[in-house]
Amino acid sequence: MADYKLIGKDYSTADLVAKVTGRAKYAEDFRAEGMLFTKLLISPMPHARVRSLDTRAAMAMPGVEAILTADDLPEAEAPEERALTNEPLYEGEPILAVAAVDETTAADAIEKIQIEFEPLPFSLDPLDSLRPGGSNARLEGNTMSGRDLLNVTWDNVDWSEVDNGNLPTNGEVTDEWEVGDVEAGFAESELVLNETVFMQSLSHQPLETRTAMAYWQNGKCYLHVSTQSTARTHGPAASMLGIEPDDLVLIGEYCGGGFGSKVAGSIQMVIPALLSKKAGKPVMMRITRQEENFIGRARPGQQARIKIGFRRDGRVISLDMFIVQDGGPYSRSGDFMSSGDQASIMYQPLNQRVRGISVYTNTPPRGAQRAPGGVQAVAMIAPMMNKAAKELGIDQLDIIRINAPEGQASFGRPREGSQSIVSSAFVKEALDKGKEAFDWEAMKAKSGQKNGSKVTGIGVSLSSYAAGTSGMDGLLIIRPDGKVCIHQGVGNLGTASVFDTARAAMEALKTDWDQAEVIWGNSSKHLPWSAIQAGSMTTHAHTRANWATGLDAKRKLQEIAARDLGGSPDAYEVSDGRVFRRGNSSQGMSFARAAERAIALGGRYDGHELPEDINVMTVNSATALAGRGLMGVAKDNFETSGRNISYAIGFAEIEVDVETGVVKLKDYCVSSDAGTIVHPRAFAGQLHGGAIQGFGVALGQKWVYDRRWGLHVSKRFYSNRPPTILDVPHEKEMRWVAANEPDPFNPLGSRGIGEAAQGAGTGAVLCAIADALGDGYFYRSPVMADMILTKVEGLPTAVPKLTAHA
Amino acid sequence: MGDGEQFHKKEDQDFSRRNFIKGVIATGASVSASSYVLRENSDVLAQAQGTVERLVTLSVNGQQRRVDVLPQETLATTLRYKLGLTGTKIGCDRSECGACTVLINGVSHYSCSILTHQVRGREVLTIEGLEAADGTLHPVQQAVVDEQGFQCAFCMPGFVMNMVELVNENPSPTRAEAAQHLSGNLCRCADYNKILNVAMRASEYSRRV
Repeated sequence: MADYKLIGKDYSTADLVAKVTGRAKYAEDFRAEGMLFTKLLISPMPHARVRSLDTRAAMAMPGVEAILTADDLPEAEAPEERALTNEPLYEGEPILAVAAVDETTAADAIEKIQIEFEPLPFSLDPLDSLRPGGSNARLEGNTMSGRDLLNVTWDNVDWSEVDNGNLPTNGEVTDEWEVGDVEAGFAESELVLNETVFMQSLSHQPLETRTAMAYWQNGKCYLHVSTQSTARTHGPAASMLGIEPDDLVLIGEYCGGGFGSKVAGSIQMVIPALLSKKAGKPVMMRITRQEENFIGRARPGQQARIKIGFRRDGRVISLDMFIVQDGGPYSRSGDFMSSGDQASIMYQPLNQRVRGISVYTNTPPRGAQRAPGGVQAVAMIAPMMNKAAKELGIDQLDIIRINAPEGQASFGRPREGSQSIVSSAFVKEALDKGKEAFDWEAMKAKSGQKNGSKVTGIGVSLSSYAAGTSGMDGLLIIRPDGKVCIHQGVGNLGTASVFDTARAAMEALKTDWDQAEVIWGNSSKHLPWSAIQAGSMTTHAHTRANWATGLDAKRKLQEIAARDLGGSPDAYEVSDGRVFRRGNSSQGMSFARAAERAIALGGRYDGHELPEDINVMTVNSATALAGRGLMGVAKDNFETSGRNISYAIGFAEIEVDVETGVVKLKDYCVSSDAGTIVHPRAFAGQLHGGAIQGFGVALGQKWVYDRRWGLHVSKRFYSNRPPTILDVPHEKEMRWVAANEPDPFNPLGSRGIGEAAQGAGTGAVLCAIADALGDGYFYRSPVMADMILTKVEGLPTAVPKLTAHA
Repeated sequence: MGDGEQFHKKEDQDFSRRNFIKGVIATGASVSASSYVLRENSDVLAQAQGTVERLVTLSVNGQQRRVDVLPQETLATTLRYKLGLTGTKIGCDRSECGACTVLINGVSHYSCSILTHQVRGREVLTIEGLEAADGTLHPVQQAVVDEQGFQCAFCMPGFVMNMVELVNENPSPTRAEAAQHLSGNLCRCADYNKILNVAMRASEYSRRV
C-alpha cells in the first residue's frame, strides 16, 4: 500500500471540541430576535380530505401572527408530496402550521381552528390493497408504472394461500427483469428453497428531529436546517421556496442523524421559511418526537417470495425474487428493485429473475434508509443461504465464498443486453481475514452449546452496497497566512467524511493537517459542488475531488516557484507547507509566500480564471474567493469503471434464552472490503454502528398499527425501541478487520462503508438465531421473543407471516 | 384533536403526565420568545404577562443565574431557552433518550423531566460547565476527542454528563459496568462500541488527574 502521510491515519476531527463543549449549534440551537414558534395541525386519521377549514378565530387570537396552509404552497403532481396537504394520506401528516409568539399560543390557536375532515378509505398493508375489494391508499391508484398512477388488483391470485402465509407469484407486477433462464436453472439444481419472507418497515428515528428555523433579511432567506448534504440541499430548498439560490442562505453545520431521512434536508423545512415571510419575523419550528415518527421517513417493508436453486457445492444457479413493497403514501421508492441488484452482487446467481410492485399505503412516507433495498435483501436471503449450507452440508463461510463477487464482477438488471460491473471486489480476501479475526473454527464449535436455558448460536452474513460516485468538484485556497482552507459542499452528518475527504487535498500537498482548515455547512461560505451525503458516496467521490484539487494547487505552487526561482516546475517538490527545489530544500518558498505571489500573478493562480468543466455552483464560489490566495480548483476527471460497491461480512455469536425468548449478542466481528481506509476510527464507527442498527432490524424494531382505525401505536422510542448500549456485546470489544485493498478506480483507492455495514449485522444475527435453535428460520423480521418461544414450543405464531405492522 | 383538545378543555384540572408535559413544553418556550426582548428586565415581563412565573436564582455551572420560571417549566427548557445553554439537547422530551442529561448535585438527571423549581438551591452542571476556565477539557471530554467518539453527536452532551457521573462514582469500571451506567442514554448512530472505548479511556484519564 502507498505510503501516505494522512490517509489511513487516525486523528480527531475539527468539530469534536465544539461538539463536546456544547458549542456546536444544531438547527434548534439558533435564536433570532422576535422569533416566533410554530405548531402543526396534523391529520388525526390515515386518509381524509379537508372538507372545510376556518382559521379566523385562531388568527384573531392575540399573539398569533401567521397561518400557513397547503393553499399557500405550489401544487404538486401526484404522487409527489408537499409540506402541507388538504388530503392527508397518513396519520400525522401536517395540514397547516401556526406561527405565534410562543408555543402555547400556537397550540391554543390550533385548537381554535375549525376543521372538518371527510374520512376516506385507507390501506395499511400492500396485500390488502391488491386483494379484490380491498381499499386503496390513494384515490388515483395503488401503484405506479412508469410515470402513471394505476390501480392493480390481483384477481387471479389464490388468496387462501396468502391467508396461509404463502405469497403466490402470479399476481401482476410493475417491474421485472431476468438474466439467463431461472426455470432451466431450477431444473438442474440439487437443492431448491422456496420461501415466503417478510421484512418490516422501519422508521429512521434520528435523535435530532427535523426542526428548522428561518428568517428573512434584505430579501434573503436564512434557513437553519438539519441536513445530511449541504451543496445538494441548497438548490432543492430554494426551489421549494420559489426563490433563486442566491437568495437563500442555508445553514446546516451539524446534523443530529439522518440515515437517509435527511439527504437534502426535509420537505417540511419550508414551513418556517414561508411562515416567516408571511409574519415578517423569524420562525422556529420545533418538531416533537411524536411528529418525527410520522413525518421522519421510513424504510419500505417487503413481502416476498424468494426461490433459490443451488448446485451441490452451494453455488447459486437460479435466484427468483418476487417482491411486494410497502411504498408508503408518496413518491416512488426503488428499494425493491435495488434488493434485486444487491442480491445479484452478493450471490452472483447464474440465472436471476426479479419481479416486483410497490404499493401505496397510508403509513409514513418512505425514503432511502442506510442501504435502501440492500438491508431488505440480506434480511430476506441470508437465512436461506444459511439453511442451504446446512442442507448441503457445507460450511457457512464456504457458501458465501463460492458465490461471492470477485474482481469486476457483473450484476443486476441488464441494460442494452449487458449487466453492470463493480469497480472491484475483494470479498474473498475479506472473508479470509474475518475468518481468522473471529476465530471461525473455534467459534463454530460453540454452536448449539447450552448454558442453563441459554443456547449459543453462530452466524455469518455478507452484505453489499453502493459506495461511491464521481465527477464532483473540489475547491481550496492557500491564504497568505499559509493556511490551506478546504471548502466542502459535503455535509457534516456525523460520519466524519466532511473532514476525512478534505485530507486527500493535504495528502496531495504532503502537508500537516494542522495547516488545514475545513470550511463547511453554510451556503454563504463559497462551497463547491458536491455529491449527496447518502449511499456512502462521499468518501470515494470527495477523496477523488479533493485529490484532484490538491494536485491542481500543487502544480500551481510548482509553477510559481519555477517562475520566481528558475528551472522547470517539475524540478520542484511540495511538502510540509513549502514548495522547494528537489534535492535543495533551502531553495523554495512557503505556502504563505506562494499565496502572495499567486495573488500578484492573478489569472488561474488566484481564481480569476477557472477550469471550464466545473459546476456552476463551484464557479460562483470560486469567483467569490478569487484573489484571496492560491486557488486549487478542479473537477474529478479520474478514470472510472463500474459501480463502486463495498462489502461487509458480519460474524455474530449470540445466546438465545429459550425460556424467555431473549437474544443476547455476545461477540461481533466484521470484515470489510471498502478499498483503502481513510480514517480507521471513523471507519470502525461506521462498521459497528451500522451493525448495531442492523441488530435492531433483526431483533425488535417495528411498527404496530391499529388496523381498524389506521392509527400508529408505536410512535415513540419505547414502543419502537432502537438498540441501546445494553444490546451490544460488552464483555469483549466489537472487532473489525478489512481487506484494505485499494479500489483500482480511485487514485487513493478508497470507497464508503456506511451502507454495507448495516445488513452485515442484520444477516449475521438472523443466521445466528437459526443456528442456536437448530432450525430457527422465521423468514420474518424482526424476530421477537414471542416468535422464538412459539417456535421452541411448536405453537402457531401470534402474528400471521405476511401481515404488515403487527 | 385528541389529547390536545382534552388538555385545553380541562386546562390544569387534568394533570395527567401526558398533558402535563405537553403544557410544560408549550409554556416553557413561550416566555423565551419575548425574553429576548426583555431579558434584562424579566420582572417587568412577568407583570406584563400577568402570569405566575417567579424570579428565581439558579446555580448553573458555578454561576448564579437569575431567571423567571413558570411553575411547570422543565429544566431543559430553562437551560436552552432562558439561559442560552443550548448544549443540552432535547431528543424526545419524555425521559426516553437521555440527550438532555445534566448533573444536579453531581447526580445525573433527565432535564426534560425535572422542573426548574425543583433545582433551586442545588448545583446544576451542564456540558458547557465541564471545560476549565483556561480551556482545559474535562477528562471525559478529552477522551471523546482522543477516541474520535460519537458520530452525529446529538446524544453526546447527555452521554458525556452521565459519563462524568460514572467516572466520579466508579474510578475503574469494566465495559459491562460502564454500559450499565450509560444505559439510560440512546445513541441512534449506535456508536456504542466507541462510546464504551471513550468511557474506558475517560476513567483512565480521571484516575490520573
